[in-house]
Amino acid sequence: MKSTSRVQLPTSGGQGELAVTVVMWLVASLVAMILIGIVGDLVWHGIGGLRWSFLADSPARAGRSGGIAPILVSTLLILAIAMAVALPLGLAAAIGLSDFSRRGGAFASIVGRTLDVLAAVPSIVFGLFGNAVFCGWMGLGYSLLAGGLTLACMVLPILVRTIEASLRSVPDDYRVAAASLGISRTRATWSVLLPRASAGIVVGWVLGIGRVLAETAALLFTSGYVDRMPRGITDSGRSLSVHIYDLSMNIPGGTANAYTASLVLVGMLLLINGMTRVTVHVCLRGSGASE
Amino acid sequence: MSKRLHGIVCLILLAAGCGRELPSDPNIMPGLSSTLEITGSSTIAPLASEIGKRFEDEHRGRIRVNVQMGGSSRGIADARSAMADIGMVSRDLNLDETDLKHFELARDGVCIILHADNPVRELSREQVAGLFTGKIRNWNEVGGSDADVIIVNKAEGRSTLEVFTEFFRITPQQIVADIVIGDNEQGVKTVSTLVHAIGYVSVGTAQYDRDAGVPIRLLGIDGVEASVATVADGTFPMSRTLNWVTKDEPTGWTRLFIEFSTSPAQHDLVRELAFVPSES
Amino acid sequence: MIWFGSWHLFRPNLDAQVGSGLRLAAIAASSLVLLIVSFLAHESWPAISSLGSRMVTDASWHPSAKASEGTFGMWPIVVGTLVVTGGAVMLASPLGVVSAVFAEFYAPPHVAVMFRGLIELLAGIPSVVFGLWGLMVLAPLIARVSPPGQSLLAGVVIVTLMILPTVMLVTGSALESVPRERVRGAVALGMGRFAVIRHVVIPGARAGIVTGMLLGATRAMGETMAVLMVCGNVVKIPRGVFDPVRTLTANMALEMGYALDLHRSALYTSGLALLVTSMGLVACAQWLGRES
Repeated sequence: MKSTSRVQLPTSGGQGELAVTVVMWLVASLVAMILIGIVGDLVWHGIGGLRWSFLADSPARAGRSGGIAPILVSTLLILAIAMAVALPLGLAAAIGLSDFSRRGGAFASIVGRTLDVLAAVPSIVFGLFGNAVFCGWMGLGYSLLAGGLTLACMVLPILVRTIEASLRSVPDDYRVAAASLGISRTRATWSVLLPRASAGIVVGWVLGIGRVLAETAALLFTSGYVDRMPRGITDSGRSLSVHIYDLSMNIPGGTANAYTASLVLVGMLLLINGMTRVTVHVCLRGSGASE
Repeated sequence: MSKRLHGIVCLILLAAGCGRELPSDPNIMPGLSSTLEITGSSTIAPLASEIGKRFEDEHRGRIRVNVQMGGSSRGIADARSAMADIGMVSRDLNLDETDLKHFELARDGVCIILHADNPVRELSREQVAGLFTGKIRNWNEVGGSDADVIIVNKAEGRSTLEVFTEFFRITPQQIVADIVIGDNEQGVKTVSTLVHAIGYVSVGTAQYDRDAGVPIRLLGIDGVEASVATVADGTFPMSRTLNWVTKDEPTGWTRLFIEFSTSPAQHDLVRELAFVPSES
Repeated sequence: MIWFGSWHLFRPNLDAQVGSGLRLAAIAASSLVLLIVSFLAHESWPAISSLGSRMVTDASWHPSAKASEGTFGMWPIVVGTLVVTGGAVMLASPLGVVSAVFAEFYAPPHVAVMFRGLIELLAGIPSVVFGLWGLMVLAPLIARVSPPGQSLLAGVVIVTLMILPTVMLVTGSALESVPRERVRGAVALGMGRFAVIRHVVIPGARAGIVTGMLLGATRAMGETMAVLMVCGNVVKIPRGVFDPVRTLTANMALEMGYALDLHRSALYTSGLALLVTSMGLVACAQWLGRES
């Protein structure tokens, strides 16, 4: 998607150009090396425990043996709930901010600012808040639903801000052209602007998923600690990151499985991101909107 | 009832948020599932979870035991407000907590750990107090190598901190720490990666890790070796209790569970997690 | 602009209704903050009313000392949050922007895809795993230079790694959406690669870059688990990068489960303080990112 529309810049430009290029490659290599180091550390410690039974069995001996099947189910359910709530709401809010309210006006400004503040709320505060509101006041108790809703709140600002930024960066030429054709703003947004902004939407989605999968503190207080297969979304169930936390910080002898579970989590992330990219690519190609 | 109908009924019950309704006699409403909510200390949570699973198996689908973390204070608060059926508290109860009923589940010792490469083999009580209050700064003052001591302390409010400071007759304010940790495993991981560190953690956790190859050493006190065995026979002096707390005298499923958990049949689970079972 | 001035060009009913619905969604999203703030304020009230400024002026932080001896001096912890966040943002912003520019303009397509994939992977690694790596690998490494290893430096490095994906991916998205015509025009004028990037692309993507930095900064400020595991958690104002620090978030995570009454309320107050600080941060960023 991106590579087809990339602009090729001239590589010539004198000495300054060479120095800059070297710096670029150095920085990128440094970042890549550290990342590979971390992932490598993960693989090194975790690959030993990775087998099909790890994915299919339930945990035994407080997670030191057995597998993570119920936990995978809980995690996916939480993810599904969070994104099912956050994506429509976030998309709607982002469109509302960028195209259905005056740019730079009070509304967009205030809402934008409060969303940025929301993005700064620490995960533990979300956990305590979620516990008080979703588990307590709404009566959901420790449940996947409460966890998903709490995470939806956490992920919302990321989605809104990235989608909004993406929509804003679509040149107004498109809007003007649509206006001149007499197309309603709604239709123009749906058919023209959103596809144009899809790259940004995907980024928001990817960051959101990453955030959900990575979150620990918030889920500990909302979806809970139970490692049994959940019977429904009102059941309590621990997410993979909570399981990793428990194994590495709370259970003697759990570190090995913590690493293996981390590896599974990373794999899940890659899978979901890959599927997202493919889906968007296919959808866009269908609507003929990609360049 | 068919399994599916059973499941639907359960879901409806759960969705109605009334999973905590307990029959006072477990023989009433035999077809429906109840839930036992247990919250509190993260130290006890894994053990409670394992015992809970066994309890569920024994009563095959009629009871669900949900264990949640949140800290000992949460255990007390939730037991008091009846948000939870049972609270988990990893310390002895305070004077202002005597309105609650408590039941000892297990005992756990607290011992000092050093890195395995640290030449120091034993420390007197005065030396320990001196080290942690900053009066002794260098390992060579207590028979070790020439290096600064790295003190690993526990965070405020933790029961291991209270047990430790009471035993060595110092106050938490007097401790000069280089690193402050939360859970026991964090302490073990910290000390095992720093040759000149000294900290204190649960005996069970430390012994389990040491036996599994983690490079730490457990220090004895007053000549008594630090091990789960010495905590069990009472010769190891620094210890704390792991307790269930309930608001009122337990009945129904709560009573069944507490009795189940403290019975000798479950002692293997307690030992698996390196605690010392309490005789019920 | 035609777009906003001339509603009559569009089907007024549909757009008005849709617009109201969308704006409602936006309001719902932002009212969450109000809920959270009131929640925090409610829980902090006991501490604010009985301790007040003691939470800044007290000499130390020993809230669970018996009876009247409790001290609630949180100032070193506030400083801890500021330096860890500040350090991480100062590191991650240039690294993130450079990485994004690299992936967009300097790397061959396959390398760019792999690099971006690596960064996306990083975005999903739980803070616990970062913390574990920091505790077992990074801190001991730093300890060789200057014990105890768990320190401000470790915290800054870890948090930088955690917010790097956000900065880089959002910046990358912003760079991509700079109109091609402008870039091609610059190239046609004979500008070299770096010149085009410096004078056309980055200014054009400025709003997005600031968004990325802000999202990263706010994430850094709210980071809990990883800093808990690598910063050392000592309540003292750090005198150098090798000193241990405690952040407000780590403080809450460390003590919340074991705190009663006033101590608990004081912890909620620190949460409120964090929120207020982030409001200030957002206001700054708003001012910086104003579209020229």
